Amino acid sequence: MAKYSPTKIMINGIWEENPVLVQLIGICSTLAVTNNCMNSLIMGLGLTFVTGLSSFTISLIRKFTPKHVRMMVQVLIIAVFVIIVDIYLRAFMPELSKALGPYVGLIITNCIIMGRAEAYAQNNPPIPALIDGVANGIGYTIVLLIIAVVRELLAFGSLFGVKLLGDWWTPWTIAIMPPSAFFLLATLIWVGYNIKNKKSEVAK
Amino acid sequence: MIELNPMIIFVAAIFTNNMIFSNFLGMCSYIAVSKEIPTSMGLGQAVTFVLACTSVINYLIYYYILVPLNLEFLRFIIFIVSIAAFVQLLEMLLERYLPNLYYALGIFLPLITVNCAILGVSLFMIIRNYTFLQSFAFSVGAGIGWTLAIVALAGIRQRIKLDSVPAGLRGSGIALITTGLMALAFMGFSGIVQIQ
Repeated sequence: MAKYSPTKIMINGIWEENPVLVQLIGICSTLAVTNNCMNSLIMGLGLTFVTGLSSFTISLIRKFTPKHVRMMVQVLIIAVFVIIVDIYLRAFMPELSKALGPYVGLIITNCIIMGRAEAYAQNNPPIPALIDGVANGIGYTIVLLIIAVVRELLAFGSLFGVKLLGDWWTPWTIAIMPPSAFFLLATLIWVGYNIKNKKSEVAK
Repeated sequence: MIELNPMIIFVAAIFTNNMIFSNFLGMCSYIAVSKEIPTSMGLGQAVTFVLACTSVINYLIYYYILVPLNLEFLRFIIFIVSIAAFVQLLEMLLERYLPNLYYALGIFLPLITVNCAILGVSLFMIIRNYTFLQSFAFSVGAGIGWTLAIVALAGIRQRIKLDSVPAGLRGSGIALITTGLMALAFMGFSGIVQIQ
């Protein structure tokens, strides 16, 4: 690709081809950390950082990487950035790092990063690859936050730990349990599909 | 940390702390490969076997190489490399000595490297400070639990294949809702044992 437009890449990553809603990848961590808004935000930011920078790096060295060992190289690059995130979290936000537990490490196996590396960074210059990675990370973060907001509001009547609803609110314990995450993600996929189809119908 | 009987961990990993229903690990292949029972069974067996072996390997590497050298922070890289290497080795061995098994499981092996459940179990066992036996019980239990979940989902999906599902939910959407209902059912086990 000789020409690219940053806005188009952005929109593509965030909405048109949202990694979670449309491609349904990277859902392992999507569901696990969404019981609380703060966790989701940090997880989303961490993933955006890793996806953006690893796409950038992979794209930088794409011409020197032999084809058959590229997977290994990609995994190692991703792992390096994940270690940076992990060390940063442990140093500056020890409680959060504890709450996220193994899920920070699991960013390595998050399919979004590998997917972007294979589908985009491998054949594109570094700057668009960086934008593409960041856009996908943001798309992921937004989905994460929507689910987390609903779950935290229903379960505790609070957002980011700040109490919003009064004592009259009866907490929905189910919202903090795993099943609600599955239901919410399914609902979001449904809503996303409907909005998209409406748009394409109008366009016709 | 209370000393837990490995047997308790084994049961808990299958039912109450199921990889899919309470930790959401290995979701990608769980949704993608659960269309038919035989295939999901094959994948489940391969995952269980790889889980049991890699957790032992990673346990030994972590406690006998990384900890004495103060290199704990390298564990992500080391674990993922050892998992990838093990899967590769297994593939070659199977192809050479057990071709039947290779044709049955072969296509799943590359998928397993990026299955979050494998890395997840290795990380959980470090975070929860399991002993060797506990880790082994945990990983086998986690593998069996994962197999149980994916085979059950495949069974349900085969039955609802012909039902009229709203267009937006067809495929993965309905699979997620089904999983949610299954997770609700599995919550019923939570009284039996509890590990953290």
